[in-house]
Amino acid sequence: MKKLTLSQKAGLLSVGLLAVILLVWQLATLPEAKGVAADVDPEYAALMGGGTSTAASSFPTPAAMAQTVWDKLSDPFYDNGPNDKGIGIQLAYSLARVLGGFVLAAVVAIPLGFAIGNSRVFYQALNPYVQLLKPISPLAWMPLALYTIKDASASAIFVIFICSLWPMLINTAHGVANVRKDWLDVSRTLEVNPLRKAFRVILPAAAPTILTGMRISMGIAWLVIVAAEMLVGGTGIGYFVWNEWNNLSITNVLFAIFMIGVVGMALDSLFGVLSKRVAYQE
Amino acid sequence: MTTPVTHPFLQVENLARAYPSPSGGDAVTVFDHVNFRIHKGEFVCVTGHSGCGKSTILNILAGLDSATTGNVFMDGREVSGPSLDRGVIFQSHALMPWLTVLQNVEFAVKSRWPNWNKQKVREHAMRYIELVGLKGAEHKKPSQLSGGMKQRVGIARAFSIEPKMLLMDEPFGALDALTRGVIQDELLKICAETQQTVFMITHDVDEAILLSDKIMLMSNGPHARIAEIVNNTLPRPRERSAIHKQPHYYPIRNHLVDFLVSRSKQFGALRDAPDAPSSPTVFDPDDLLEPFELTQPESVVVPVPPIGKPHIHLVNA
Repeated sequence: MKKLTLSQKAGLLSVGLLAVILLVWQLATLPEAKGVAADVDPEYAALMGGGTSTAASSFPTPAAMAQTVWDKLSDPFYDNGPNDKGIGIQLAYSLARVLGGFVLAAVVAIPLGFAIGNSRVFYQALNPYVQLLKPISPLAWMPLALYTIKDASASAIFVIFICSLWPMLINTAHGVANVRKDWLDVSRTLEVNPLRKAFRVILPAAAPTILTGMRISMGIAWLVIVAAEMLVGGTGIGYFVWNEWNNLSITNVLFAIFMIGVVGMALDSLFGVLSKRVAYQE
Repeated sequence: MTTPVTHPFLQVENLARAYPSPSGGDAVTVFDHVNFRIHKGEFVCVTGHSGCGKSTILNILAGLDSATTGNVFMDGREVSGPSLDRGVIFQSHALMPWLTVLQNVEFAVKSRWPNWNKQKVREHAMRYIELVGLKGAEHKKPSQLSGGMKQRVGIARAFSIEPKMLLMDEPFGALDALTRGVIQDELLKICAETQQTVFMITHDVDEAILLSDKIMLMSNGPHARIAEIVNNTLPRPRERSAIHKQPHYYPIRNHLVDFLVSRSKQFGALRDAPDAPSSPTVFDPDDLLEPFELTQPESVVVPVPPIGKPHIHLVNA
């Protein structure tokens, strides 16, 4: 028999694991076998909180779930008013907010990180602020944002901005401060002007570290947007989850959780690809 | 090979470097009273034990470091910072790993001549890549090259800016002996072609003899100085395979090795003596030939055990 490669083995194991999960899920969501004696009046049983009407839990079976996923994904962009939008639209709202906050954060964090990484004075002056602000949960800023910005959607973007800022700032500063002295010496002996040095030497040298910071930021932003949208409401995947919870539609909540995972994974692998692009081997 | 001109190309006057002591006491003077001159087209090697400040001197010449006291003049102007006039070859090759071989050299060429167009920069860079025998590898990244090839790129990069002077800090220290030999031969060839003025640090006595016109020997730090200068008059062109058959080869080599083994340590005591010479002793190979034979028996003298002290015999412990 042919030996399986490592990835074939891993693939088989993954599929096996999926089968086990689905099986357990299926077993756990089987309609309760007539828990009530057959001779009891169904109406009475219903009154007592038993009987066939409640036997099917609101937790869907895998088959029902698959049906929902299929239905939702086959028409992702419908819009039937504020409380009934396709998953595509909700995700697009969330992604737009994340992207907005993230880009704003990058615009601030990367130049500032450059300055901090280049100057010990800057580093020491700003370090206490960074250390103080970094551990604050981004959601703690929400009331302040709502009060000052007076716009729910912009407040969500602000929260994303705040949470994306720190990893990018710290990693950029760290990457810039740790550019190998040899490369800086080379550019000094070649009398490279500061701007060219920044873009041709320091930026490429620090790019892997900066991109790691961006990747961490994006991960955190995607975590935070769900919570932020639950608070601000209106649109977005976070709002969708909370709305479906209020509708007691566990199926839709599960579907949303699944989609949050899928999009998060896609974003992370996007940054994985970008990281590979700028990586260099010494 | 070169006719000495009246005013030296590079002049180092009374250079000293002190570092603040880590324990907070008096500053530690690594070297002081360092004086030497290098003429145009000369190849000068410096050797000495680790910690004598060779690399610091090189960095000061490069403008990457500054002296505590003293001055460096090149071509009549004081060296006050890094300059394209002085190319540096780093021991760690210092190539930028995200650029290809060609891009690394082009980066230097473009720094030297910012107004050149792409085509001209590329042609110029390629000429130097060919010079070090790396044609065909120009689109490789440094990580795909062997240590020797990386150092060749470093050499190509340094030569490509056509500096007035080349500074090399143990450029071949990290290479295996075979590769080192090949690259030394290439360097010898390129230097002969370009009449490059070179200041090079090396720990390798044979390398110094093969490449240099003048070998400066530094005593041990702290308070290191240039203790001796050996004029290496072995005829050029030199061949690795034949150089050891030159009559002056072994006297020079022995003189250098003796210095590194013993005299470099003794120099400290000699320096503080009241009649100490204020400038390094200059040796010519002809001087070395005679006294070398004479001093040989002297070193065999066995010190007489001090009288009046009993010899201790360890019989049974």
